[in-house]
Amino acid sequence: MFHFEVVTNWIDALLREHLSEGWTLLIEFILIGVVILTVYSVLALILIYLERKVCAFFQCRIGPNRVGPFGVLQSVADMVKILLKEIIKINKVDPFLFRLACYLVIIASICTFGAIPFDKGLQAVDFNIGVFYLLAVSSIGVVGILIAGWSSNNKYTLIGAMRSGAQLISYELSCGLSLLAIVVLSGTMQLSQIVEQQADAWFIFKGHIPALIAFIIYLIAGHAETNRGPFDLPEAESELTAGYHTEYSGIQFGFFYLAEYLNMFIIAAIAATVFLGGWMPLHIPGWESFNGIMDYIPPVLWFLGKTFFCIFLALWVRWSFPRLRIDQLLSLEWKILMPISLINILLMTLLVL
Amino acid sequence: MSNSALFLVVLITAIFMVFAALLLAKWLAPTSANPLKGEPYECGIPTRGTSWAQFKVGYYLFAILYLVFDVETVLLFPWAVIMKDVGVQGLVLVSFFLIILALGLAYAWKKGALQWM
Repeated sequence: MFHFEVVTNWIDALLREHLSEGWTLLIEFILIGVVILTVYSVLALILIYLERKVCAFFQCRIGPNRVGPFGVLQSVADMVKILLKEIIKINKVDPFLFRLACYLVIIASICTFGAIPFDKGLQAVDFNIGVFYLLAVSSIGVVGILIAGWSSNNKYTLIGAMRSGAQLISYELSCGLSLLAIVVLSGTMQLSQIVEQQADAWFIFKGHIPALIAFIIYLIAGHAETNRGPFDLPEAESELTAGYHTEYSGIQFGFFYLAEYLNMFIIAAIAATVFLGGWMPLHIPGWESFNGIMDYIPPVLWFLGKTFFCIFLALWVRWSFPRLRIDQLLSLEWKILMPISLINILLMTLLVL
Repeated sequence: MSNSALFLVVLITAIFMVFAALLLAKWLAPTSANPLKGEPYECGIPTRGTSWAQFKVGYYLFAILYLVFDVETVLLFPWAVIMKDVGVQGLVLVSFFLIILALGLAYAWKKGALQWM
Protein backbone atom coordinates (compact mmCIF):
# COMPACT_ATOMS: atom_id res chain seq x y z
CA MET A 1 0.00 0.00 0.00
CA PHE A 2 1.26 3.47 -0.84
CA HIS A 3 0.93 5.83 2.13
CA PHE A 4 1.27 9.57 2.01
CA GLU A 5 3.65 9.23 4.94
CA VAL A 6 6.37 8.49 2.36
CA VAL A 7 5.95 11.90 0.74
CA THR A 8 5.78 13.86 4.01
CA ASN A 9 8.78 12.05 5.49
CA TRP A 10 10.75 12.67 2.30
CA ILE A 11 10.01 16.42 2.45
CA ASP A 12 10.96 16.47 6.13
CA ALA A 13 14.27 14.68 5.51
CA LEU A 14 15.09 16.90 2.52
CA LEU A 15 14.52 20.10 4.52
CA ARG A 16 16.50 18.85 7.52
CA GLU A 17 19.42 17.97 5.28
CA HIS A 18 19.83 21.48 3.90
CA LEU A 19 18.49 23.79 6.60
CA SER A 20 18.72 24.32 10.33
CA GLU A 21 16.06 23.13 12.80
CA GLY A 22 14.21 26.44 13.07
CA TRP A 23 13.93 27.06 9.34
CA THR A 24 12.74 23.49 8.76
CA LEU A 25 9.92 23.92 11.27
CA LEU A 26 8.95 27.29 9.82
CA ILE A 27 8.81 25.98 6.24
CA GLU A 28 6.86 22.91 7.34
CA PHE A 29 4.34 25.06 9.22
CA ILE A 30 3.85 27.26 6.16
CA LEU A 31 3.47 24.17 3.96
CA ILE A 32 0.82 22.75 6.31
CA GLY A 33 -1.08 26.04 6.22
CA VAL A 34 -0.95 26.27 2.42
CA VAL A 35 -2.04 22.65 1.97
CA ILE A 36 -4.97 23.06 4.38
CA LEU A 37 -6.15 26.26 2.68
CA THR A 38 -5.86 24.73 -0.80
CA VAL A 39 -7.62 21.47 0.05
CA TYR A 40 -10.30 23.38 1.97
CA SER A 41 -11.15 25.70 -0.91
CA VAL A 42 -10.91 23.06 -3.64
CA LEU A 43 -13.18 20.73 -1.67
CA ALA A 44 -15.69 23.55 -1.21
CA LEU A 45 -15.76 24.18 -4.98
CA ILE A 46 -16.17 20.45 -5.71
CA LEU A 47 -18.95 20.10 -3.12
CA ILE A 48 -20.92 23.08 -4.43
CA TYR A 49 -20.69 21.73 -7.99
CA LEU A 50 -21.62 18.23 -6.79
CA GLU A 51 -24.61 19.49 -4.83
CA ARG A 52 -25.97 21.42 -7.80
CA LYS A 53 -25.48 18.52 -10.22
CA VAL A 54 -26.97 15.87 -7.90
CA CYS A 55 -29.90 18.12 -7.04
CA ALA A 56 -30.47 18.72 -10.74
CA PHE A 57 -30.57 14.99 -11.49
CA PHE A 58 -33.03 14.40 -8.64
CA GLN A 59 -35.28 17.06 -10.17
CA CYS A 60 -34.85 15.83 -13.78
CA ARG A 61 -32.83 18.89 -14.85
CA ILE A 62 -29.32 19.17 -16.30
CA GLY A 63 -27.85 21.60 -13.78
CA PRO A 64 -24.89 23.91 -14.49
CA ASN A 65 -23.48 23.10 -17.96
CA ARG A 66 -22.29 26.38 -19.52
CA VAL A 67 -19.00 27.37 -17.83
CA GLY A 68 -16.28 24.90 -18.81
CA PRO A 69 -16.87 21.24 -19.77
CA PHE A 70 -20.04 19.96 -18.03
CA GLY A 71 -20.11 23.22 -16.06
CA VAL A 72 -17.23 22.23 -13.77
CA LEU A 73 -15.93 25.80 -13.66
CA GLN A 74 -19.30 27.19 -12.56
CA SER A 75 -18.39 27.27 -8.86
CA VAL A 76 -15.02 28.91 -9.64
CA ALA A 77 -16.89 31.65 -11.50
CA ASP A 78 -19.28 32.00 -8.55
CA MET A 79 -16.35 32.36 -6.16
CA VAL A 80 -14.83 35.16 -8.25
CA LYS A 81 -18.22 36.84 -8.46
CA ILE A 82 -18.77 36.75 -4.70
CA LEU A 83 -15.36 38.38 -4.14
CA LEU A 84 -16.36 41.24 -6.45
CA LYS A 85 -19.66 41.95 -4.67
CA GLU A 86 -20.11 44.96 -2.44
CA ILE A 87 -20.07 44.45 1.34
CA ILE A 88 -23.04 46.55 2.46
CA LYS A 89 -22.74 48.46 5.73
CA ILE A 90 -25.92 47.99 7.78
CA ASN A 91 -27.10 50.67 10.23
CA LYS A 92 -26.88 49.94 13.95
CA VAL A 93 -25.03 46.61 13.67
CA ASP A 94 -22.41 45.83 16.29
CA PRO A 95 -19.38 46.04 13.97
CA PHE A 96 -17.01 44.00 16.14
CA LEU A 97 -19.39 41.09 16.73
CA PHE A 98 -20.60 41.23 13.12
CA ARG A 99 -17.04 40.57 11.89
CA LEU A 100 -16.19 38.17 14.72
CA ALA A 101 -19.02 35.84 13.66
CA CYS A 102 -17.33 35.20 10.26
CA TYR A 103 -14.05 34.38 11.99
CA LEU A 104 -15.65 32.00 14.51
CA VAL A 105 -17.58 30.04 11.89
CA ILE A 106 -14.49 29.54 9.69
CA ILE A 107 -12.20 28.80 12.67
CA ALA A 108 -14.55 26.07 13.89
CA SER A 109 -14.69 24.46 10.49
CA ILE A 110 -10.95 24.66 9.62
CA CYS A 111 -9.81 23.46 13.06
CA THR A 112 -12.06 20.42 12.75
CA PHE A 113 -10.90 19.91 9.18
CA GLY A 114 -7.26 19.81 10.36
CA ALA A 115 -7.91 16.79 12.56
CA ILE A 116 -9.34 14.55 9.83
CA PRO A 117 -7.01 11.65 8.90
CA PHE A 118 -6.96 11.59 5.09
CA ASP A 119 -4.16 9.04 5.10
CA LYS A 120 -1.33 7.79 7.29
CA GLY A 121 0.75 10.94 7.81
CA LEU A 122 -1.76 13.19 6.08
CA GLN A 123 -3.36 14.59 9.20
CA ALA A 124 -2.39 18.01 10.54
CA VAL A 125 -3.42 17.64 14.19
CA ASP A 126 -3.46 14.20 15.82
CA PHE A 127 -4.36 14.69 19.49
CA ASN A 128 -4.66 11.70 21.78
CA ILE A 129 -8.13 13.06 22.64
CA GLY A 130 -9.07 13.32 18.94
CA VAL A 131 -12.79 12.50 19.13
CA PHE A 132 -13.22 14.86 22.06
CA TYR A 133 -11.31 17.59 20.21
CA LEU A 134 -13.62 17.23 17.20
CA LEU A 135 -16.73 17.65 19.36
CA ALA A 136 -15.23 20.58 21.29
CA VAL A 137 -13.98 22.57 18.32
CA SER A 138 -16.99 22.01 16.09
CA SER A 139 -19.29 23.46 18.76
CA ILE A 140 -17.54 26.86 18.48
CA GLY A 141 -19.56 27.26 15.29
CA VAL A 142 -22.77 27.57 17.34
CA VAL A 143 -21.34 30.62 19.11
CA GLY A 144 -20.52 32.16 15.73
CA ILE A 145 -24.06 31.60 14.48
CA LEU A 146 -25.65 33.05 17.64
CA ILE A 147 -23.38 36.11 17.48
CA ALA A 148 -24.17 36.59 13.78
CA GLY A 149 -27.90 36.60 14.47
CA TRP A 150 -27.64 38.81 17.54
CA SER A 151 -25.40 41.51 16.08
CA SER A 152 -27.24 42.01 12.78
CA ASN A 153 -30.02 44.28 14.10
CA ASN A 154 -32.75 42.33 12.31
CA LYS A 155 -35.63 40.24 13.63
CA TYR A 156 -35.27 37.50 11.04
CA THR A 157 -31.62 36.93 11.89
CA LEU A 158 -32.31 36.84 15.62
CA ILE A 159 -35.09 34.25 15.29
CA GLY A 160 -33.02 32.24 12.83
CA ALA A 161 -30.02 32.25 15.16
CA MET A 162 -32.10 31.14 18.16
CA ARG A 163 -33.65 28.29 16.18
CA SER A 164 -30.26 27.31 14.86
CA GLY A 165 -28.78 27.39 18.36
CA ALA A 166 -31.54 25.19 19.80
CA GLN A 167 -31.15 22.73 16.93
CA LEU A 168 -27.35 22.57 16.92
CA ILE A 169 -26.93 22.11 20.67
CA SER A 170 -29.67 19.46 20.79
CA TYR A 171 -28.26 17.32 18.00
CA GLU A 172 -24.71 17.71 19.28
CA LEU A 173 -25.69 15.43 22.18
CA SER A 174 -26.65 12.55 19.91
CA CYS A 175 -23.50 13.09 17.84
CA GLY A 176 -21.38 12.90 20.99
CA LEU A 177 -23.17 9.87 22.40
CA SER A 178 -22.95 7.87 19.16
CA LEU A 179 -19.22 8.62 18.89
CA LEU A 180 -18.92 7.61 22.56
CA ALA A 181 -20.28 4.17 21.67
CA ILE A 182 -17.37 3.70 19.26
CA VAL A 183 -14.86 4.99 21.83
CA VAL A 184 -16.17 2.28 24.17
CA LEU A 185 -15.51 -0.30 21.46
CA SER A 186 -12.05 0.94 20.50
CA GLY A 187 -10.79 2.06 23.92
CA THR A 188 -8.98 5.07 22.47
CA MET A 189 -9.88 8.57 21.36
CA GLN A 190 -6.94 9.14 19.02
CA LEU A 191 -8.24 9.19 15.45
CA SER A 192 -5.15 7.57 13.90
CA GLN A 193 -5.37 4.68 16.36
CA ILE A 194 -9.10 4.29 15.76
CA VAL A 195 -8.31 3.87 12.06
CA GLU A 196 -5.42 1.45 12.75
CA GLN A 197 -7.73 -0.77 14.81
CA GLN A 198 -10.05 -1.22 11.83
CA ALA A 199 -7.40 -2.97 9.70
CA ASP A 200 -9.08 -6.39 9.90
CA ALA A 201 -12.71 -5.24 9.96
CA TRP A 202 -14.44 -1.87 10.05
CA PHE A 203 -16.12 -0.88 13.31
CA ILE A 204 -19.56 -0.96 11.70
CA PHE A 205 -19.03 -4.75 11.14
CA LYS A 206 -17.02 -5.33 14.33
CA GLY A 207 -19.59 -3.67 16.59
CA HIS A 208 -22.62 -5.68 15.38
CA ILE A 209 -26.02 -4.09 16.07
CA PRO A 210 -24.92 -1.28 18.49
CA ALA A 211 -22.40 0.08 15.98
CA LEU A 212 -25.04 0.07 13.25
CA ILE A 213 -27.48 1.94 15.52
CA ALA A 214 -24.75 4.43 16.42
CA PHE A 215 -23.92 4.92 12.73
CA ILE A 216 -27.53 5.66 11.80
CA ILE A 217 -27.97 8.03 14.76
CA TYR A 218 -24.72 9.76 13.84
CA LEU A 219 -25.85 10.23 10.24
CA ILE A 220 -29.19 11.75 11.31
CA ALA A 221 -27.70 13.97 14.02
CA GLY A 222 -24.77 14.99 11.85
CA HIS A 223 -27.13 15.90 9.04
CA ALA A 224 -29.05 18.13 11.44
CA GLU A 225 -25.77 19.66 12.65
CA THR A 226 -25.10 21.00 9.15
CA ASN A 227 -28.45 22.86 9.00
CA ARG A 228 -29.43 21.13 5.81
CA GLY A 229 -32.09 19.00 4.27
CA PRO A 230 -35.29 18.39 6.24
CA PHE A 231 -33.62 20.13 9.19
CA ASP A 232 -33.00 23.53 7.53
CA LEU A 233 -35.41 25.42 9.80
CA PRO A 234 -32.90 28.18 10.64
CA GLU A 235 -32.92 29.11 6.97
CA ALA A 236 -36.58 28.45 6.19
CA GLU A 237 -36.84 30.99 3.37
CA SER A 238 -40.61 31.33 3.46
CA GLU A 239 -40.52 32.36 7.14
CA LEU A 240 -37.13 33.91 7.80
CA THR A 241 -35.68 34.94 4.38
CA ALA A 242 -32.20 33.51 4.95
CA GLY A 243 -32.05 33.03 8.73
CA TYR A 244 -29.00 34.13 10.67
CA HIS A 245 -27.01 35.33 7.64
CA THR A 246 -29.72 37.53 6.09
CA GLU A 247 -27.76 40.77 6.62
CA TYR A 248 -24.40 39.46 5.40
CA SER A 249 -23.37 40.37 1.87
CA GLY A 250 -20.48 39.69 -0.48
CA ILE A 251 -17.62 37.60 0.83
CA GLN A 252 -18.95 37.76 4.40
CA PHE A 253 -21.93 35.72 3.25
CA GLY A 254 -19.46 33.55 1.37
CA PHE A 255 -17.84 32.48 4.64
CA PHE A 256 -21.10 31.11 5.99
CA TYR A 257 -21.77 29.37 2.70
CA LEU A 258 -18.27 27.87 2.68
CA ALA A 259 -18.51 26.70 6.28
CA GLU A 260 -21.90 25.07 5.62
CA TYR A 261 -20.57 22.97 2.73
CA LEU A 262 -17.33 22.08 4.50
CA ASN A 263 -19.26 21.06 7.62
CA MET A 264 -21.13 18.60 5.43
CA PHE A 265 -17.78 17.20 4.30
CA ILE A 266 -16.44 17.09 7.87
CA ILE A 267 -19.47 15.22 9.20
CA ALA A 268 -19.21 12.70 6.34
CA ALA A 269 -15.45 12.37 6.89
CA ILE A 270 -15.86 11.68 10.62
CA ALA A 271 -18.54 9.09 9.85
CA ALA A 272 -16.15 7.47 7.35
CA THR A 273 -13.22 7.57 9.79
CA VAL A 274 -14.95 6.32 12.89
CA PHE A 275 -17.47 3.84 11.47
CA LEU A 276 -16.33 2.90 7.97
CA GLY A 277 -12.63 2.41 8.60
CA GLY A 278 -11.11 5.70 7.42
CA TRP A 279 -8.43 4.99 4.82
CA MET A 280 -8.40 1.26 5.53
CA PRO A 281 -9.35 -0.87 2.50
CA LEU A 282 -12.23 -3.34 2.65
CA HIS A 283 -10.97 -6.65 4.02
CA ILE A 284 -13.00 -9.82 4.31
CA PRO A 285 -11.39 -12.43 6.62
CA GLY A 286 -10.38 -15.53 4.65
CA TRP A 287 -10.56 -13.99 1.18
CA GLU A 288 -6.81 -13.52 0.74
CA SER A 289 -6.70 -12.71 -2.98
CA PHE A 290 -9.64 -10.29 -2.67
CA ASN A 291 -7.86 -8.49 0.19
CA GLY A 292 -4.71 -8.33 -1.90
CA ILE A 293 -6.51 -6.65 -4.78
CA MET A 294 -8.18 -4.17 -2.40
CA ASP A 295 -4.74 -3.21 -1.02
CA TYR A 296 -3.72 -1.92 -4.46
CA ILE A 297 -6.24 0.94 -4.30
CA PRO A 298 -4.51 3.94 -2.60
CA PRO A 299 -5.79 4.69 0.93
CA VAL A 300 -6.61 8.31 0.04
CA LEU A 301 -9.02 7.06 -2.60
CA TRP A 302 -10.63 4.71 -0.08
CA PHE A 303 -11.09 7.59 2.35
CA LEU A 304 -12.52 9.96 -0.28
CA GLY A 305 -14.75 7.24 -1.67
CA LYS A 306 -16.32 6.52 1.72
CA THR A 307 -16.67 10.22 2.48
CA PHE A 308 -18.36 11.00 -0.81
CA PHE A 309 -20.67 8.04 -0.30
CA CYS A 310 -21.81 9.60 3.01
CA ILE A 311 -22.13 13.00 1.32
CA PHE A 312 -24.29 11.44 -1.39
CA LEU A 313 -26.56 9.99 1.33
CA ALA A 314 -26.87 13.49 2.84
CA LEU A 315 -27.76 15.01 -0.54
CA TRP A 316 -30.26 12.24 -1.21
CA VAL A 317 -32.02 12.91 2.09
CA ARG A 318 -31.92 16.66 1.54
CA TRP A 319 -33.68 16.59 -1.79
CA SER A 320 -36.19 13.87 -0.87
CA PHE A 321 -37.90 15.01 2.33
CA PRO A 322 -39.96 18.10 3.18
CA ARG A 323 -38.90 20.42 6.00
CA LEU A 324 -39.85 19.52 9.61
CA ARG A 325 -41.59 21.82 12.11
CA ILE A 326 -39.55 23.02 15.10
CA ASP A 327 -41.53 20.92 17.60
CA GLN A 328 -41.12 17.80 15.45
CA LEU A 329 -37.43 18.55 15.15
CA LEU A 330 -36.83 18.89 18.88
CA SER A 331 -39.01 15.94 19.88
CA LEU A 332 -37.20 13.74 17.34
CA GLU A 333 -33.96 14.51 19.15
CA TRP A 334 -35.04 14.54 22.80
CA LYS A 335 -37.72 11.83 22.75
CA ILE A 336 -36.32 9.38 20.20
CA LEU A 337 -32.62 9.73 19.37
CA MET A 338 -31.45 10.68 22.86
CA PRO A 339 -32.96 7.71 24.81
CA ILE A 340 -31.92 5.30 22.04
CA SER A 341 -28.32 6.51 22.12
CA LEU A 342 -28.18 6.29 25.95
CA ILE A 343 -29.36 2.66 25.81
CA ASN A 344 -27.04 2.00 22.89
CA ILE A 345 -24.00 2.86 24.99
CA LEU A 346 -24.98 0.27 27.60
CA LEU A 347 -25.59 -2.29 24.84
CA MET A 348 -22.16 -1.60 23.39
CA THR A 349 -20.56 -1.97 26.83
CA LEU A 350 -22.24 -5.33 27.36
CA LEU A 351 -21.03 -6.42 23.93
CA VAL A 352 -17.42 -5.45 24.63
CA LEU A 353 -17.24 -6.90 28.15
CA MET B 1 6.44 18.42 16.24
CA SER B 2 4.06 18.79 19.15
CA ASN B 3 0.34 18.76 18.53
CA SER B 4 -0.26 22.04 20.30
CA ALA B 5 2.08 23.87 17.90
CA LEU B 6 0.30 22.26 14.96
CA PHE B 7 -3.08 23.25 16.36
CA LEU B 8 -1.80 26.82 16.60
CA VAL B 9 -0.72 26.63 12.95
CA VAL B 10 -4.20 25.48 11.91
CA LEU B 11 -5.81 28.23 13.99
CA ILE B 12 -3.58 30.91 12.44
CA THR B 13 -4.37 29.49 8.99
CA ALA B 14 -8.09 29.89 9.67
CA ILE B 15 -7.71 33.47 10.89
CA PHE B 16 -5.42 34.31 7.97
CA MET B 17 -7.94 32.93 5.48
CA VAL B 18 -10.80 35.14 6.70
CA PHE B 19 -8.53 38.18 7.06
CA ALA B 20 -7.01 37.80 3.59
CA ALA B 21 -10.38 37.24 1.91
CA LEU B 22 -11.89 40.31 3.62
CA LEU B 23 -8.87 42.40 2.57
CA LEU B 24 -9.11 41.14 -1.01
CA ALA B 25 -12.81 41.94 -1.12
CA LYS B 26 -12.08 45.42 0.21
CA TRP B 27 -9.74 46.09 -2.72
CA LEU B 28 -11.84 44.43 -5.40
CA ALA B 29 -15.43 45.14 -4.42
CA PRO B 30 -17.12 48.46 -5.28
CA THR B 31 -18.70 50.65 -2.61
CA SER B 32 -21.51 53.16 -2.96
CA ALA B 33 -23.08 55.09 -0.11
CA ASN B 34 -26.87 55.15 0.12
CA PRO B 35 -28.81 55.63 3.38
CA LEU B 36 -31.58 53.23 2.33
CA LYS B 37 -29.10 50.39 1.81
CA GLY B 38 -28.32 50.30 5.51
CA GLU B 39 -31.90 49.58 6.56
CA PRO B 40 -32.58 46.13 8.06
CA TYR B 41 -33.80 43.70 5.40
CA GLU B 42 -37.54 43.29 5.91
CA CYS B 43 -40.71 43.60 3.84
CA GLY B 44 -39.91 47.05 2.47
CA ILE B 45 -41.51 49.19 5.17
CA PRO B 46 -39.22 50.62 7.91
CA THR B 47 -38.74 48.36 10.97
CA ARG B 48 -40.93 49.06 13.97
CA GLY B 49 -39.59 48.77 17.49
CA THR B 50 -36.30 47.27 18.58
CA SER B 51 -34.79 44.34 16.74
CA TRP B 52 -33.96 42.47 19.92
CA ALA B 53 -37.38 40.89 20.29
CA GLN B 54 -38.52 38.85 23.28
CA PHE B 55 -38.29 35.08 23.14
CA LYS B 56 -40.17 31.96 24.03
CA VAL B 57 -39.03 30.33 27.25
CA GLY B 58 -38.84 27.02 25.36
CA TYR B 59 -35.41 27.78 23.93
CA TYR B 60 -34.14 28.52 27.43
CA LEU B 61 -35.37 25.19 28.80
CA PHE B 62 -33.68 23.29 25.99
CA ALA B 63 -30.44 25.17 26.65
CA ILE B 64 -30.52 24.12 30.33
CA LEU B 65 -31.23 20.49 29.43
CA TYR B 66 -28.40 20.61 26.91
CA LEU B 67 -26.00 21.81 29.60
CA VAL B 68 -26.81 18.83 31.83
CA PHE B 69 -26.45 16.23 29.12
CA ASP B 70 -23.36 17.76 27.54
CA VAL B 71 -21.51 17.71 30.86
CA GLU B 72 -22.64 14.10 31.17
CA THR B 73 -20.98 13.28 27.83
CA VAL B 74 -17.78 14.95 29.02
CA LEU B 75 -17.78 12.77 32.14
CA LEU B 76 -18.49 9.60 30.16
CA PHE B 77 -15.57 9.95 27.73
CA PRO B 78 -12.79 9.15 30.25
CA TRP B 79 -14.77 6.11 31.39
CA ALA B 80 -15.17 4.94 27.78
CA VAL B 81 -11.39 4.96 27.26
CA ILE B 82 -10.59 2.79 30.29
CA MET B 83 -13.80 0.76 30.04
CA LYS B 84 -11.98 -2.56 29.46
CA ASP B 85 -9.83 -2.10 32.58
CA VAL B 86 -12.55 -1.17 35.06
CA GLY B 87 -14.84 -3.92 33.76
CA VAL B 88 -18.15 -4.86 35.35
CA GLN B 89 -17.68 -2.70 38.43
CA GLY B 90 -17.27 0.39 36.26
CA LEU B 91 -20.28 -0.60 34.19
CA VAL B 92 -22.47 -0.86 37.29
CA LEU B 93 -21.35 2.55 38.54
CA VAL B 94 -21.86 4.17 35.14
CA SER B 95 -25.30 2.56 34.84
CA PHE B 96 -26.29 4.25 38.11
CA PHE B 97 -25.08 7.55 36.66
CA LEU B 98 -27.00 6.98 33.43
CA ILE B 99 -30.17 5.92 35.29
CA ILE B 100 -30.14 9.11 37.37
CA LEU B 101 -29.76 11.15 34.18
CA ALA B 102 -32.50 9.18 32.44
CA LEU B 103 -34.76 9.91 35.43
CA GLY B 104 -33.92 13.60 34.95
CA LEU B 105 -34.91 13.38 31.30
CA ALA B 106 -38.12 11.55 32.25
CA TYR B 107 -38.92 14.26 34.80
CA ALA B 108 -38.41 17.02 32.24
CA TRP B 109 -40.57 15.07 29.78
CA LYS B 110 -43.36 14.58 32.35
CA LYS B 111 -43.23 18.25 33.34
CA GLY B 112 -43.71 19.24 29.70
CA ALA B 113 -40.33 20.90 29.18
CA LEU B 114 -39.93 18.92 25.94
CA GLN B 115 -43.37 20.07 24.73
CA TRP B 116 -43.23 22.87 22.18
CA MET B 117 -46.34 24.98 22.71
